[in-house]
Order: sequence, then structure tokens, then C-alpha cells
Amino acid sequence: MFSLLRSMWLVFLHTFHKRETYQYPEEKAPLPARWRGRIALTRDPDGGERCVGCYLCAAACPVDCISLQATEAPDGRRYPSFFRINFSRCIFCGFCEEACPTYAIQLLPDFEMAEYDRQNLVYEKEDLLINSEGKYPGYNYYRVAGMAIAGKDKGEAQHEEPPVDVRSLLP
Amino acid sequence: MTIYIDNKPYEVKPGKNLLEACLELGLNLPYFCWHPALGSVGACRQCAVKVFKDEDDKTGRLVMGCMEPVRDNLRLSIEDPGAKTFREQVIGWLMTNHPHDCAVCDEGGSCHLQDMTVMTGHTYRNYRFSKRTFENQDLGPFISHEMNRCIQCYRCVRFYKDHAGGKDLNVFAAHNHVYFGRCESGTLESEFSGNLAEVCPTGVFTDKTLHSHYTRKWDMTWAPSVCQGCSLGCNTSAGERYGSLRQITNRYNGEVNGYFLCDRGRYGYEFVNSDQRILQAAMRPHSNGTTNKDHILDLVAQKVKNGRTIGIGSPRASLESNYALKLLVGEDNFYLGMSDTDHDHTSIALKILRDGPVRTPSMQEAAQADAVFILGEDLTNTAPMLALAVRQAAQRKPEADALGQIHVAAWQDAAVREAVQDKHGPFYIFHTVPTKLDELAEDIRRGAPEQLARLGFAVAQMLGADIVPVTGLSQEDAALAEKIAAALMAAEHPLIVSGYGSGCDHMMKAAANIAWALQQKGRNPLLSITLPEVNSMGLEIIGGHRLDTALDVLRQGDADTVIVLENDLYRRADPHIIDEIFLHAQDVILIDHLYNRTAEKATVLLPAGTFAEADGTVVNNEGRAQRFYQVFVPKGDIQESWRWCLQIAEKAQIPALQGLRNLDDIDLALTNGMPSLAALQQLAPHAGFRINGQRIPREPHRYSGRTAILANENVSEPKPAEDVDTPLSFTMEGYRGEPPSPLIPFFWSPGWNSVQSVNKYQQEIGGHLHGGDPGIRLLEPHLNGGPHYFHEAPDTFVPIPGHVHIMPLYHIYGSEELSMYTSGIAQQAGEFCCLYLNPEDLAQWNITPGNWVTIDLDHHACRLVATPNHWMPRGLGAVSAGMPHSPVVDLPVCVKLQA
Ligand code: SF4
Ligand code: SF4
Ligand code: SF4
Ligand code: SF4
Ligand code: FES
Repeated sequence: MFSLLRSMWLVFLHTFHKRETYQYPEEKAPLPARWRGRIALTRDPDGGERCVGCYLCAAACPVDCISLQATEAPDGRRYPSFFRINFSRCIFCGFCEEACPTYAIQLLPDFEMAEYDRQNLVYEKEDLLINSEGKYPGYNYYRVAGMAIAGKDKGEAQHEEPPVDVRSLLP
Repeated sequence: MTIYIDNKPYEVKPGKNLLEACLELGLNLPYFCWHPALGSVGACRQCAVKVFKDEDDKTGRLVMGCMEPVRDNLRLSIEDPGAKTFREQVIGWLMTNHPHDCAVCDEGGSCHLQDMTVMTGHTYRNYRFSKRTFENQDLGPFISHEMNRCIQCYRCVRFYKDHAGGKDLNVFAAHNHVYFGRCESGTLESEFSGNLAEVCPTGVFTDKTLHSHYTRKWDMTWAPSVCQGCSLGCNTSAGERYGSLRQITNRYNGEVNGYFLCDRGRYGYEFVNSDQRILQAAMRPHSNGTTNKDHILDLVAQKVKNGRTIGIGSPRASLESNYALKLLVGEDNFYLGMSDTDHDHTSIALKILRDGPVRTPSMQEAAQADAVFILGEDLTNTAPMLALAVRQAAQRKPEADALGQIHVAAWQDAAVREAVQDKHGPFYIFHTVPTKLDELAEDIRRGAPEQLARLGFAVAQMLGADIVPVTGLSQEDAALAEKIAAALMAAEHPLIVSGYGSGCDHMMKAAANIAWALQQKGRNPLLSITLPEVNSMGLEIIGGHRLDTALDVLRQGDADTVIVLENDLYRRADPHIIDEIFLHAQDVILIDHLYNRTAEKATVLLPAGTFAEADGTVVNNEGRAQRFYQVFVPKGDIQESWRWCLQIAEKAQIPALQGLRNLDDIDLALTNGMPSLAALQQLAPHAGFRINGQRIPREPHRYSGRTAILANENVSEPKPAEDVDTPLSFTMEGYRGEPPSPLIPFFWSPGWNSVQSVNKYQQEIGGHLHGGDPGIRLLEPHLNGGPHYFHEAPDTFVPIPGHVHIMPLYHIYGSEELSMYTSGIAQQAGEFCCLYLNPEDLAQWNITPGNWVTIDLDHHACRLVATPNHWMPRGLGAVSAGMPHSPVVDLPVCVKLQA
């Protein structure tokens, strides 16, 4: 009998506690930065598309909901000519982000993607590409990779010596 | 003999090295510089193992697995911690300068360096200093170059220079600056340059045509295929993504192409993706927009029913398609869709190989010959991979001599090459113009084809062939004939090669005479004959009337409808003849895949599947039937030609084809109708074949994007297509183990993502695939009864005043119809409108070199640019054969010249 009353009393006390329920959608939930929500394709510090079309995200995706086609721009940068994510299949596992060698694909703290029509959950590159470096500012894949692109020739990446002079016999 | 690996006894074959032995046993031992076709040089130090003196020896010593022969009771360890650390450190060193490139590297996902790095367990870079870099070169339309990725294994130059005889790729500079490339940017000259992409274990050399529509290996839908580039029928794997064909790679066949392909074969696939493809069934004039397939089939069936239809087959269509058409129109109304010269050549070749007593070798057997005699063939241009095989054959004798002296194993590549120097075995070439193999030849003879054939007959006569004696030989010629005869007699396995290349069938006859005479003398000769197209032999075996008689039938009004199978008739005879066919035929129904000149004039177009969209069988020059499989489900109305024929037959109620639905049905009809082809039933597993109740998947297990590829059209995925013709599935579901050899879509094995995984599929390294190599030989020598020699040598070539005799010149790039849709191949194709003539002839006819001359073809004039060529004997001319829009088609031909 006593424990019953005690429980009721404790529940009653909750009336005066701080509320845990958010009045969504009027009130937005604060999401941690590493929340795995809507996927975006980010950009380099120099504004170029980060994605180089390596297909690793697509291969890592357990539900196979990423499809893209890699291609190369005249300046030597590789990029996806199309990039499609079928969010009606995505389970927001974040494997794609983990697999991405360029930090291009990132899961963002945003889950507000509900649609009445499933077809609208198919996102193309226009829907995915954002004008931001996302969670990993400063990283620029082409400054690390050995491939030359316009504005960064052979030997100009980080930790690179100038190209060898093949005709020299000096040690 | 027995060896102990990590204390477990294993039985191995003697004569191998430890690396081969380990791989053969299915053990994983990393390596780079060793290549099964190139041997060992011990350059990379990656294959280190520990070898122990005896059971009590616990220290052991490190040796390079690829440099140490197996010995009885040898004890070695792969797992020894010392050996493991060593291998891990070696890869660490090799990677000190490796760029951070995998994401943008076309090798990624099928990279031997990635695989070996994972295998050794090297994960983190310990090297803290800056990386050496290199400038790249532009190596032409086929191969990309990214030198930073090199690990200095030397495989590229060993393949390109030592194996394939290339001159323009080399290693430059010294110490840690060694550079693999050309002395300056420029298109690689070798016809085998594409193999660099597979030979190089890293991403230095990669496939440039793949790059233009790049897809990872794991993302392609693959099927076992057969190259359509020439009559050799090299085995390929073809990969598709998003409805277009992305890449052709080598599919190892221990009897046919081994580890390599030529560039025509590797890159000549782009016609499949051409915007010239016929996608829908169509009718001309458009019947009020009713291009409904069924409606068109009805009309075609009506035509066929009234019995006035003839069919024209094709050497580039499968056995099944040709046979289906033959039954559709009736045996008597089937015409061979080859030029009359091609038909003559192929029928002689078939007669020689079927009725003669000498065996025709597979390409790998040809590479083992110890003397070679080529009559009237420029193999590099007509049968490229055979040229590569013959190149190896030229080394056999000096190699054997050297091995007798220095007592090392044959796989000790560097030692053997050092001992051989630049010696070659007995090798003779008779051809009118220089060929790339000339550099290997001991003696070369030039002249008019008839002249050379006469000399060939003389050789046969000296070997004792029972033929009409060849008279009037110069002393020099007689001496040469004698020398060749003696050299061939002295050889263990002399290889005689001839074919269609010179346009003179006497060459083939001379070759057959020589081979037969050698056989009579108790030698073991091999006789290889090249043919014009991928299924020339198959079509000839099926048989039909000559193409020129088709015109007669139409002219006389005995037929009014023509069904043309996968054929551009304008490549089969001179234009005025084909124009006349169109003139007399009321309807021309074309079943083909490209909108060519014949399609422009046809009244009905039925879109056919290319090799990538169809299943079928082709027969190569050796008489080997090989199956190619559909890679992907095509767009529009495209389907196999034989399926079109079956559907027409169904509506036209042709009894012979009633009730046939799939590949197995038509193959059964084929083998029932032609008992000589009965062996085809054993060619490959039938459609109902399953392993553990499962099909064999065309897609790798990492295939991505299933739920996104078509999501832009409809978010609900469609049901995957089902294959009614074969045991392969169009999806990634199915049996994951090793499939039977004819059904291997791509080579892959856990931890081995690159083509090097083929080791896991072989009975013996460099030997046959498990269960035997795919393909079935249909022609075996006829051993009973002596040879029926070709008795008469041709007459001496005498120029006819006012005329030139024009012979064909074939080019690897340009002479083949379909490969010319690849821009890189078209770029390298030669001039199509040149008439090569002896400069003295030009002077005599008062023709200024470079001017247009008119020639008279059956009272039809056409114009060509007169080009001086010193190799042409007086009175003989040459034009490049098979070039698109070449005005002269059926070669050789004798024409009047008007300056
Ligand atoms: S989050 Fe997971 S399911 Fe979604 S796209 Fe990425 S890998 Fe695929
Ligand atoms: S893993 Fe990253 S770089 Fe590679 S394709 Fe996906 S998003 Fe692009
Ligand atoms: S380019 Fe490739 S094949 Fe040649 S040495 Fe370098 S890694 Fe080896
Ligand atoms: S040699 Fe002939 S069959 Fe072989 S790859 Fe080349 S073109 Fe194709
Ligand atoms: S593979 Fe043995 S040393 Fe390179």
C-alpha cells in the first residue's frame, strides 16, 4: 500500500520537472553533430566537388541504394556525372561515409525527409550536393593524392618532391 | 615429388619453382615480378619464403620462391614469422613513394598491389619523408600512364619488349628514378599494348577506353565471351554497366589465347555502344508509324511463306543464327554472305584441315613449334595473337640449345635470355611486303604471291611431295628452297602458316603440300591457316551457295525477297553488284545491329544483338567451336538473330523450326541436322544446369546500386530479367564457388581481385583450366589414306600490259568492320584509297605519285590515289582491304588502269 502511494507521489513530482518532450515540429530537437541523417555531398575548401566517383560508398552500402557514374573534367578532376541515392531504401547506417576516402559523402543531422510519394525519396546529385565542407573542414583530397589536376601539377601535393628528371644521371 | 610446406607434405610436379608450386596448391604467397607467361627474374623480393635444411633446422634461410626450384623432400615455410615480416617490409619499401591515389585510380578494385598489400598485412606507412614523383606520358588512345604508382617490378618491359617484340617502351634513368615509358610521348606502337593494363600489377598502365566510361570491376555484369576481331577466337570477358559495354578483358584459355589479347580484340568493342545501333524493328516506307514488332514479323512471315525468299548468311554471325536462317529459307535458298574470294579461301582451308592428314595446332601449341615457315601472311595484321605465338616459337630452338648448356630451369627468364642473346630458331617468311615478324626470320623472300607460292611448291617437292615438278627456279631460289626443306626436316615440330592474307590460295595449297610431305617423312608438322572472320569456318561448315549466284536467282526472278543476316553486303562484293541485288529484290530484310550501307537500303530492319547481347557459338580457324554468352539485356527490340529467325518461322509455320524457343533448342536442331557438329552438345552446360540448385551469377558479390540504378524511373525495382538460354543469371545471386570452365564470367577469388586470380582456376599454373579449357575442336586430321596433294604449282606471275593485278593488304586497325567503330582504332587505321604501285610502273604509265588514277572494275570506274611502293613487283598493285568505303572490295582483282 505504501509503495503504491510512493510511486504515485513520485509520478506526481514529475509534473514539476524539466520537460523531455519536444513540441516537434514547432520546437526542433537538438541533434548531435554525428547524428546520421540526410546524406549530402560536400565540397573542397577550394569549392570543387569533393566526390571523385570512386564507387566505394556504393560498394559499401548494404542495401545498394547508391548509384553513380564517374567521369573526368577537362581539368583532370574526377567527379560523378550523376549521383543517385534512393532514400526509400537507405538505412542510415553511415557505411558510405566511412568508406569515402575524400570526406565527400556525409550524413548530416537532419531527418526531416518524409514524403507522401516514395518516388520523391530518390535524390539526384542536384539534391545532394551542398555548398559546404560539412563536418570535415580543411580536407582537400587532391592535395594529398598524386594525380595532377589543373592548378596542382605533379610534385605539388603535400609531401611530394618535384618530378624526377629522367634524363639526369645524378644520384 | 613431395615437398613440405609448413610441415605438411604435398605432392608437386618437378620442374616448377616454389612460388608456382605454392600457388598451384592453392596457397597464398604474394608476388609481383613473376608472371606465369614471362617467368621469374627475382626482382621484387616479394615472394620470400623460408627454406630449411632438414627437419631439425629451425633457423632456415630466406629465399625467393620464384627463383628456387622444387626438390624432393624440400622443407619450406610460408607462415614463418621471419618470412612474413620480410614480405611485409618489402611491400612497405615498395610503397614508400606510392601516391594516395586508389580512389582516382582505374586499377582500384582489381589491383594486384592492393591485394598483395592486404595479403602481407602491411597497413600503415612508416616512411616519413616526401615522395618521389614523375611526369606522365600520353601513350595514345588505348593506355593511360600514371608513373607515380610504379613499384619497379619490370613486368611491363619484359612483356612489351621481350615477349611481344615491342620497340618503343623501355626503362629509363637509374636508382630510385627508374622510369617505365617511351622516350617521348606518343602512341604505343605494339599491337599488344593493351596487355600492359593487365600485366602491370599496379595502376601505372590502365585501359583508356574503360576510363572514358569508368566502372569498377565489381560493378560490372560480366559474361564469358569470344573476341569477334579475327578468326582466332580469343576468349574474353565482357563487362557491362548501365546498358553499355564497358570493358573487354582477357579470359584465360590454356589452349587458345593464354594470358593475352591483341588491341583490336581488347578495344574493338565500342560498336556495341555506337549511336548507329538499330534499336527498333522498322519498315520502309514507314507504314503509318506502325513499327510494331509483331506487325512487322507478320508481314515478314507472309513473305517467307510464299517461298520466294532467299537468305544470305554471315561469317560474323553465330552458327545458330546462320543455321536458323538456313532452315527458315530452306537449304537450297541459303547463300554464304562472304565475298567469293573469302569463300574460295575458306573452303580450301576447310578441305585441307578436314581431309588432310596434318593437325592444325591450337595457338598455345603453335607457340611450342621449333621451326616456323610463313607463306604469304602478315600475321600481325591478319591474326595478331598467332603472331605473338609465333614469336615465342622463334625462341624455342635457341632456348632449348641454351638450356642444354647452362642447366637452369626454363622459367629462369633472365638467365635463359642472357644465354639465348638475340639468336632465333629456323624461321622463314615469304611475303610480298615487309611484316613485323621479319626481324625474327632467317630468310625472307619477297615477290608476287604466285611467285612465292611456286617457291613453296618447290619446297614441298624437295620434301618428297608427289606433285608436278616446279621448273625454272633461279639458282638462288632453289638453294633457298633446299635450305628451308632441310631446316623443316630437322625440326621436331615445324609449324607451317598460311592463310587468306595475300589473297592467293596457292599459298595455302603450298603450305598444305609442305606439311603433308613432312608428315609422310615421319615428322610432326603443324599447319595453321588464318581465315578472314570470326565465324568463317563455322559458316563454311554449315555451307551454302556462293554470293554471286544469289544475284543470278534474283535476276531471273526466281526469288523476290532477301533476308540478310548480320551482314553489310557492300563489304562482300563491289558496289555495283550489290546495287543490282537491291534493284531486283522487292524486299530486303536485314537482321543486323548497325545502321550500315545495307541498312540504308533495306526495306525491313530487325535489330540483332551483338556478341554482348546474344548467345551463340563461333568456330575459329582451328575448327574450335566456342560459345559466347549474352552479357546484358539490351534496349528496344534487340534480340539474337536466331531468335528473330525462330519468331518468323513460328508465324510462317516452317516445320523445321516449329516449337524451338531457346538456345538449347536451336543447338539440338543444329546437331540433329548436321551430324558433323554433334560434338556441340558437349560444348557447355545446358540452360537447366544448376550447382546446388543455383545459377551462376554474372555479377560479382560486391555489385552495387541495385536499388538505385533505375530508381529515377521508378522507385520500385523491376523484377530482374531471367535467362532462358543459359545457366547464368543476370543478377548477383547464385552459386559463389568456381563455375565450370565455359561459364566463368570473370576471374575472382577471395583476396585476389585482379586478373591474377586466374591461378586459382588452373589445374597447373599456365596450364588448362579446371575441368579442361572451354571449346571443342570439330576438325581432327584425317589419318587414313595418304594426302591428296595439290599437284599444280601456279604459273609464274607475268604482268599483263595495261593492267594491274591488285592484291589486298590487311591492317589490324581498319580491315575489320566492327572494330572501326572504336575511335582509337579508327584513328590508327591507314589510308583506304591508296593504290600502291611499283615506282617504275608509275613512271611507265606517266602517273605522278599522289595523283588520282582511275581503274576499271567490270566497266565501273573508281578512283584511287597512286602511291609508290618499292615492294610491289612490276605489274602488281595493292590496296588496303576492308577499309570503310573502300571502292574495291573483292580482292585480288585484275583491273585496267587509266592514268
Ligand atoms: S547510410 Fe548506409 S544505407 Fe544509406 S546510403 Fe549510406 S551505406 Fe547505404
Ligand atoms: S566514396 Fe566518396 S568519393 Fe567515392 S564515390 Fe562515394 S562519395 Fe564519391
Ligand atoms: S609500370 Fe607497372 S609493370 Fe612496369 S615496373 Fe612499374 S609496376 Fe611494374
Ligand atoms: S588475335 Fe583476333 S581473336 Fe585474338 S584478340 Fe586479336 S582480334 Fe581478337
Ligand atoms: S615474384 Fe619472386 S622476386 Fe618477384
